[in-house]
Amino acid sequence: MKTESRPLLEDKTDLPCSSVAGSLLTALAPFLGLLLVVALFYAIPPHPPVTMLHLQTVAVHTMIVGIAAMGMTFIIISGGIDLSVGSAIALSSVAAALALKHGWPLPIAIGVALATGAACGLYNAVLITALRLPPFIATLGTLGFYRGVAKWISDSMPVSAPTHGLEGWVRPVPIQEWLPFAPGVWLMLGLGVFLVAVLRYTILGRYTFAIGSNEATARLCGIRVPRVKVYIYVLAGLMVGLAGLMQFARLTQGDPTVAIGLELDVIAAVVIGGGSLAGGQGSMVGTLAGAFLMAYLRNRCTVLGWPNFVQEMIVGHIIIIAVAVDQWRVRRTAR
Amino acid sequence: MGALHTDTPRLEMRGVCKRFGATVALAGVDLTVPAGEVHALVGENGAGKSTLMKVLSGALRPDASEMWLDGRPFTPSDPLAARAAGVAMIYQELNLAPHLTVEQNVTLGIEQHTAGLIHRSALRRRIAETLERLNRPDIRPDVPVRRLSPGERQLVEIARALMTDARVLVMDEPTSSLGLADIEQLFGVIERLRAGGVAIVYISHFLEEVQRVAQRYTVLRDGRNVGSGLIGDVTLTRLVELMIGRRLEQMFPRVPHQLGEPVLRIEGLCGRRAPLDADLTLHRGEILGLAGLVGAGRTELLRAIFGLEAVRRGTVRVANYSGGKQTPARRLAQGVGLLAEDRQTEGLALSRSIADNVMLSRLSSFARWGWINLRTMRRATTEWIRRLDIRARSTDQRVRELSGGNQQKAALARLLHHDVDVLLLDEPTRGIDVASKAQVYQLIGELAARGKAILMVSSYIPELIGICDRIAVMHRGRLGTPRPADEWTEHAIIAAAASGKEAAA
Repeated sequence: MKTESRPLLEDKTDLPCSSVAGSLLTALAPFLGLLLVVALFYAIPPHPPVTMLHLQTVAVHTMIVGIAAMGMTFIIISGGIDLSVGSAIALSSVAAALALKHGWPLPIAIGVALATGAACGLYNAVLITALRLPPFIATLGTLGFYRGVAKWISDSMPVSAPTHGLEGWVRPVPIQEWLPFAPGVWLMLGLGVFLVAVLRYTILGRYTFAIGSNEATARLCGIRVPRVKVYIYVLAGLMVGLAGLMQFARLTQGDPTVAIGLELDVIAAVVIGGGSLAGGQGSMVGTLAGAFLMAYLRNRCTVLGWPNFVQEMIVGHIIIIAVAVDQWRVRRTAR
Repeated sequence: MGALHTDTPRLEMRGVCKRFGATVALAGVDLTVPAGEVHALVGENGAGKSTLMKVLSGALRPDASEMWLDGRPFTPSDPLAARAAGVAMIYQELNLAPHLTVEQNVTLGIEQHTAGLIHRSALRRRIAETLERLNRPDIRPDVPVRRLSPGERQLVEIARALMTDARVLVMDEPTSSLGLADIEQLFGVIERLRAGGVAIVYISHFLEEVQRVAQRYTVLRDGRNVGSGLIGDVTLTRLVELMIGRRLEQMFPRVPHQLGEPVLRIEGLCGRRAPLDADLTLHRGEILGLAGLVGAGRTELLRAIFGLEAVRRGTVRVANYSGGKQTPARRLAQGVGLLAEDRQTEGLALSRSIADNVMLSRLSSFARWGWINLRTMRRATTEWIRRLDIRARSTDQRVRELSGGNQQKAALARLLHHDVDVLLLDEPTRGIDVASKAQVYQLIGELAARGKAILMVSSYIPELIGICDRIAVMHRGRLGTPRPADEWTEHAIIAAAASGKEAAA
C-alpha cells in the first residue's frame, strides 16, 4: 500500500472550531420527565388551586435531600456511593445543637455542623482509599458508626438548643415578606448553580467524571486518584453537614435518630436525575429535579389523602421508571 | 486437507466462516482431528485460532460451517451443549473457583445430573479414577484449589473435562503459566490421554513444544488454512514461514531521524512476575521495538517503567531525574508517557469527550485556580484533531463513537499534547485499519525526527522490522539484547520469541 508522506505534525491551516448544540434534548430529559410526572399526578382529582404556600412547602421539603444529593452527585459520578448520609446528617445536626447549647454563637455552630459533615466524608474517603474498601462496604460500616456517635454524644436524647433564628431559614413562608421562598431554599439553589459550574468548569469536576468513567485511564493520565476521591468525599461531606444544619433548623433540636434511611432518598434523587451507579454519568440539575420530584409526590399524596404506604409504593416505582427510561435512552443512542 | 482418513474422524470442521462487522475472522477454515491424535493449531495472533475454538466450544455461532463429531452432525447452541457432547476447553486463564475444593470444582455443573441427590461416593470414585488417569492420585479432592500449584490447577481443569467424558479436548496455551517441571508432567498427561483415544487440539506459540507433543498440525493465517500435515514432515522454519506468509511489504514510511543522547536507562529491572533483570538504554531520536509472545512480559516492562506496576529491584532513570518512588504522575512530569495496550478498558475514558480524553493528563495548563477555560481547551483539541487527522464530528463527541483507528489517534494525541520525551507504546497499531496504521508509523517516525525516544511493543513483527531502529526480544520475562533492525529477520524474531535463543539470521 502507498502512504501519504504528508507530515502529520506540521501545523495546518485553521479550521472553524466546531461545537454541537444537539445534546439539548439529553440535557433537558430530567425536566421533561419531571414535568410529565407532575402533570400526571396533578391530573388526579381533586385539584385544589396551586397556591404559593403549596410550592413553598414542597421547596422546603426538597431542601434537606436536595442539599445532600448535590454532594452525592459528585460521589456517584466518580463511581462511588455513600450510604452513611442519613447518619451523618443526624450527627451533624446533633453537633450543631450541642454547640448552640454550649452557648456558642451561631457562626461557630454552623462551622461545627459543616466540619462534622466534612469529617464524616473524610473518614469515608480514608477507608475507601487507604484500606481500599469498596465504597458500599466502607459507608455501610460508617452508617452504623456515625449513628452510634450521634447517640453517644447526645445520650440518645434529642438535644434542644437555642436556634438563633435558624428555624427561619426553613419556614415555608419566609419571615422576610419580600422573599418568595425560604432562605434555605435560596441557599440550596445558589449552591446548585455553583456546583453545576464546579462540575463543568473545574479540574475537580473533570477528574470526577474521568475517574467514574474509567479509573484506569485516570491513573494512566497521572491523576492522583486517591487524593481526588478525598476531595470528592469531603465536598460531599460539607453538603451533608449543611443538610444536617437544615435538619436541626427544621426540628429546632438535634435528634440522633432523625434521617434514618434518608440516604436512599438522596441516592434516588441522583439516580432519577440521570446519575449512573456505574459512574461517569450524572447531572447536578437533574439531581435537584429528582429531589424536587420526590418532595412533590409526597406532598401530592398528602393532599390527595393517600396513606403513607401509597407514597412509598409510588416513589419506589418512580425510581424504577426513571432508570428504565434512562437505560432505554442510552441503548437507543448507542445504536 | 491432505491426510487420509481410514476411519471417521473424531472431529471434523468444514468451511467455518465468521465475520465481526467488516472484519473477516474466519474465511472457510477446515480442521480434522482423528481420535488419539494431538493436533497443533498454530498461527500468529489474530490468525483466527481463538475464534475457531470459540465456534467449536459453542461460545460463538459461525456464519457458516459444517461440523461432525464421530460422524454425527454437531451444532452446539452454547458452551454447555458442547460440553455435554464431549468437547471440553482448557483456557489460558484457568476457570476454577479458587475457594472451592478440587472435588467441588471438578463436579461443578454436573451435580444436578444425579437427580437432586448428590451421590458423593460414586462421584468420589470417579474423581479418584480420573486423578489416577492423570497419574496424580496424590491430589486430595477435599483441598481448596487455591492451595494447589499452577500445574496442579491445570490438571484439575483437565480432570473436570474428563469427568464429562470429553472426547475432544482443546488446550489453549496450556503451558504459558507453567514452570518446566509442570510442563513435563502435562506432556505426560497429554500422551496418556492421547493413547486413551482422546482427540486433542493443542494451541501454542511455543513451536518447540508443538513439535514434541503433536502428531499433526494446521496453520491458520488471516482466517484461512495455509497448511497442514504431519509434524514430522515439517521443519520449524517452514512452520514459521507458513505463519507469516507474505513477504514484508514496503508499507512503512521512513522518516529520517538521528540518534541523540541516552534519555532512558534501565538497569536490572525486576517486576513481580516480569520483567526479570531487564537492562536497556533508550536514546533520543530512537525507535526501539520489543518483540515477544503474548505473556512474555513486554507489557509488564513498559508498565514497570511508567510506575504502574510494582518494581521489585532495579532502577529506571529518565534523563537527569533519579530516585524516589515512581508513580505515573511523576513519570509524566519527567516526560514519560504510556500508550496502554487496551484502549477500551484502560487507555480511554470511552464515555467522555475527545477533548476530555486528549487533555486529561494536562488539564491544569488550561486552568487558573482550578477553573478551566473550556474555549482554549476546545481549541487545542481541535488542533490535535486536525493534525492527526482524527475523523470526528466535534471536540465534544464521545470517544466511544469513534472508530478504532481514530480512538488510537486520540490516545496518541494525549501523549503528544503532554509533549513527553519518551513514548512507551504498547501495541500502537492493534485493531486499527491499515490506513490509520500507516499514519501511526508516519507519526512515530516524525516523533523520532523531533528527538523523541520511542519504546514500542508489538506482536506484528513486520511493523517492528519496518519502522524500528533496534529490536529486542522478550522471552518468559527475560529481555534479550537489542540489535539493529536490519540484523533481524522475521524468522529470527519468531524463533527467539518462541525459544529464547537468539540465533543470528
